[in-house]
Amino acid sequence: MVELTLPQNSKITEGKTWQRPVGARNVTAFRVYRWSPDDDANPRMDTYFVDRDDCAPMVLDALIWIKNKIDPTLTFRRSCREGVCGSCSMNIDGVNTLACTKGMDEIKGTVRIYPLPHMSVVKDLVPDMTTFYAQYASIKPWLQTTTPTPEKEWKQSHEDRKKLDDHYECILCACCTTSCPSYWWNSDRYLGPAALLQANRWINDSRDEATGERLDDLEDPFRLYRCHTIMNCSKACPKGLNPAKSIAEIKKKMVERQV
Amino acid sequence: MTERKSIRTPLARVRHLGAAHNGTGHFWHQRLTSVALVPLTIAVIIIVVGLLGRNHAAVVQILGSSPVAIVMLLFILTSVYHMWLGMQVIIEDYVHDELPKFATLLANTFFCCAVGLAAVFAILKLSFGV
Repeated sequence: MVELTLPQNSKITEGKTWQRPVGARNVTAFRVYRWSPDDDANPRMDTYFVDRDDCAPMVLDALIWIKNKIDPTLTFRRSCREGVCGSCSMNIDGVNTLACTKGMDEIKGTVRIYPLPHMSVVKDLVPDMTTFYAQYASIKPWLQTTTPTPEKEWKQSHEDRKKLDDHYECILCACCTTSCPSYWWNSDRYLGPAALLQANRWINDSRDEATGERLDDLEDPFRLYRCHTIMNCSKACPKGLNPAKSIAEIKKKMVERQV
Repeated sequence: MTERKSIRTPLARVRHLGAAHNGTGHFWHQRLTSVALVPLTIAVIIIVVGLLGRNHAAVVQILGSSPVAIVMLLFILTSVYHMWLGMQVIIEDYVHDELPKFATLLANTFFCCAVGLAAVFAILKLSFGV
């Protein structure tokens, strides 16, 4: 039935408070979710103090500073550190976003960091993205054509190319999908905003010849229609995209081909 | 959610039984009934306000008159259908175990049919005076 409480082993306990950096005058406190698969302990919230005069301005910089200078066991994903790879998505100050593009100055007081909501945790701030990626793969994110491949390239007008804007920029960080309550309750059957935004990118592609089949694959009470326009996805997207609008466009096309 | 128990590949789990190829009708009807209920609800509020303070015979006469009865019937059918669609979505959202899900979906259908039919019957009885 409805899951209203966390399982006993998921309840978050108070963790360790690490030592303040000696002599630091400009200090920001961080409360960070910790959990390790290597022991049977419940998740805990550790407290760290970051010397801002010794650290670059972004939340990711602070996490790297903590890992280098205080606690090397702190685990998180990061790569490009400039909002392009989507690795460092996490819940910062109650909002899913990228640690590398979120400035510490944007947050008042203590910085609270959790992994992306409602995902299985691999360790600390690292969520298991297996299902998320499989959902992306399920929408067949590649050009599908029957017409023999032209000698040079598949042509596309400037106007049609514009239809891919606000879609191709998606970096699959999962901030939108994991902010969606519909996805929390039905992540096994609902594809989620990121996969649906990507689906719309291929539905919109003038070169693609499988538009109908793509719509057929999405026409399902759960895959597509679990979206109840809650709009958390559009609010969360750190790239400023609008997955809710893309989903609405897909629904519009579904009606269009029937009415 | 609980899909981790399976040793099937992630893609097989996501594809599961495939797309149901429906849902658009449900979505469209939900919007259609929402739009229809805007004027119908206003009309019903006006009718109910008009009934305030009147005696039984007057209420029977007003509700039994053809234009009022037709508006009331449209309102009942549209709102019950809308209620049935909406409750179905809520159940599908939150009830995941197969048995409770089918039981509540069944109860939802039975309840909406019974409530709708009883209300329609009441209006028809007032109209035809049987």
